[in-house]
Amino acid sequence: MTTLNIDHVSRWFGNVVAVNDVTMTIGPGVTGLLGPNGAGKSTLINMMGGFLAPSTGSVTLDGKPVWRNEQIYKHIGIVPEREAMYDFLTGREFVVANAELHGLGAKAAQRALATVEMEYAQDRKISTYSKGMRQRVKMASALVHEPSLLLLDEPFNGMDPRQRMQLMDLLRRMGDEGRTVLFSSHILEEVEQLAAHIEVIVAGRHAASGDFRRIRRLMTDRPHRYLVRSSDDRALAAALIADPSTAGIEVDVTEGALRIQAVDFGRFTALLPRVARDHGIRLLTVSPSDESLESVFSYLVAA
Amino acid sequence: MYDPTVARLTYRALLGRRRALILGALPLLLIVISVAVRALSGADDQVAVDLLGGFALATMVPIIGVIAGTGAIGPEIDDGSVVYLLAKPVKRPTIMLTKLIVAIAVTMAFSAIPTFLAGLILNGNGQQIAVAYTVAALVASIAYAAMFLLLGTVTRHAVVFGLVYALVWEALFGSLVDGARTLSVQQWALAVAHEVTEGDLVTSDVGLPTAVILLTVVTAGATWYAGQKLRTLKLAGEE
Repeated sequence: MTTLNIDHVSRWFGNVVAVNDVTMTIGPGVTGLLGPNGAGKSTLINMMGGFLAPSTGSVTLDGKPVWRNEQIYKHIGIVPEREAMYDFLTGREFVVANAELHGLGAKAAQRALATVEMEYAQDRKISTYSKGMRQRVKMASALVHEPSLLLLDEPFNGMDPRQRMQLMDLLRRMGDEGRTVLFSSHILEEVEQLAAHIEVIVAGRHAASGDFRRIRRLMTDRPHRYLVRSSDDRALAAALIADPSTAGIEVDVTEGALRIQAVDFGRFTALLPRVARDHGIRLLTVSPSDESLESVFSYLVAA
Repeated sequence: MYDPTVARLTYRALLGRRRALILGALPLLLIVISVAVRALSGADDQVAVDLLGGFALATMVPIIGVIAGTGAIGPEIDDGSVVYLLAKPVKRPTIMLTKLIVAIAVTMAFSAIPTFLAGLILNGNGQQIAVAYTVAALVASIAYAAMFLLLGTVTRHAVVFGLVYALVWEALFGSLVDGARTLSVQQWALAVAHEVTEGDLVTSDVGLPTAVILLTVVTAGATWYAGQKLRTLKLAGEE
């Protein structure tokens, strides 16, 4: 059982606060660190990995400090976001070197290469690898010593759907084995598919925490805007406004559509089709008009 | 305090194709000039001293030191791949010391060996001149490698600063300002070389005890400080 404790951690660079008083506990299983680009995810992961000192607060792994403690890396595997990785070596040479630095041998390296299914290309130079292959060799280098904590910074960036699925399977397996796996991402669907537990970071602040259902709910329990076209807009508007799940409806004459603001997402989504059917109105378009992730995140921070 | 894996990675990065070509260019030039000088003007002790002192020790050795010293760590820090060394239960001073040993070995190989060969070609090691300058090159290699390894750890523009030091301070200031010579790796190395030769062809502005003390302090100090910097290294590419 490995638990990573982030206790009132802040980090600033000059006048810029990158991480602002974050407290969280990461336990066994897969945790997703979700946030838009520039939210401070990388800074936080760098502090978790011992590459950056917190300006205030502390990061500890099972009670032991992570910063300035080389021995902690016996328990931590790190998959950095950056691409650079001794391109002049072959995949096998690279993973073997990583194993040796842990005091292990070629056997551990071979096992790690097998885990990420990179044996077929292990004798090719890393400089010839595709992005997905690089990502897998990085994974192998982080897995050679069977760490109990695995930190991955944006691991799915630039991967094609098949590679993404393979990596997700692998991480899920790691989590099921009882390892503590933390990965960052700015894509909600990615995190939702993989992580049992989600930590949301926005503008350096810890905005939300919980399982994906709770995060989903937080993200859906907010005013939603819809653009609706139907066979009889005015009749539909009159029927909808009678229900408390709707806060406002605008008849957009130029667009020939209704702009609806719903306050109760669950109730509204059930209401709309029912009202339409009861009044014999055909729905032609129903589209959310502010579903961008940024708007969801900004709502979370305001909440 | 030495890690063979770190050493292997450093050697392979340093002796990669392009860098090896740059490292080999100046020694080759030295040998070519020596052959030409010997063929045109015959063996002459003063000419040997001028060429070995003026070109080999004053220009070639520091430049090789810059390339090997900064190259032993600079590129890894620049592109972030050093994270694979740092995320290991290996002591940071061990990483630094290993890289220093590699940088010293490469600087010595690419500076002392050609210096010795050039000396043999120029006057057949008459008056121990070839040996003296080889010793000077070996001694200077240690200090240069340590200094430029530190430079490669603290700044992204290590090669530029290194070359400015090598060319402006050692070569130019040293010949114009007397005081600058006391703080010159080249002069310290010459002081050691002076002890090796019998005659007064090889001279230094610095006495042997001062030279040895300064060499030790600079080498040890630079290595220690670089090790400390590596412990708290901020990786580039952060938000």
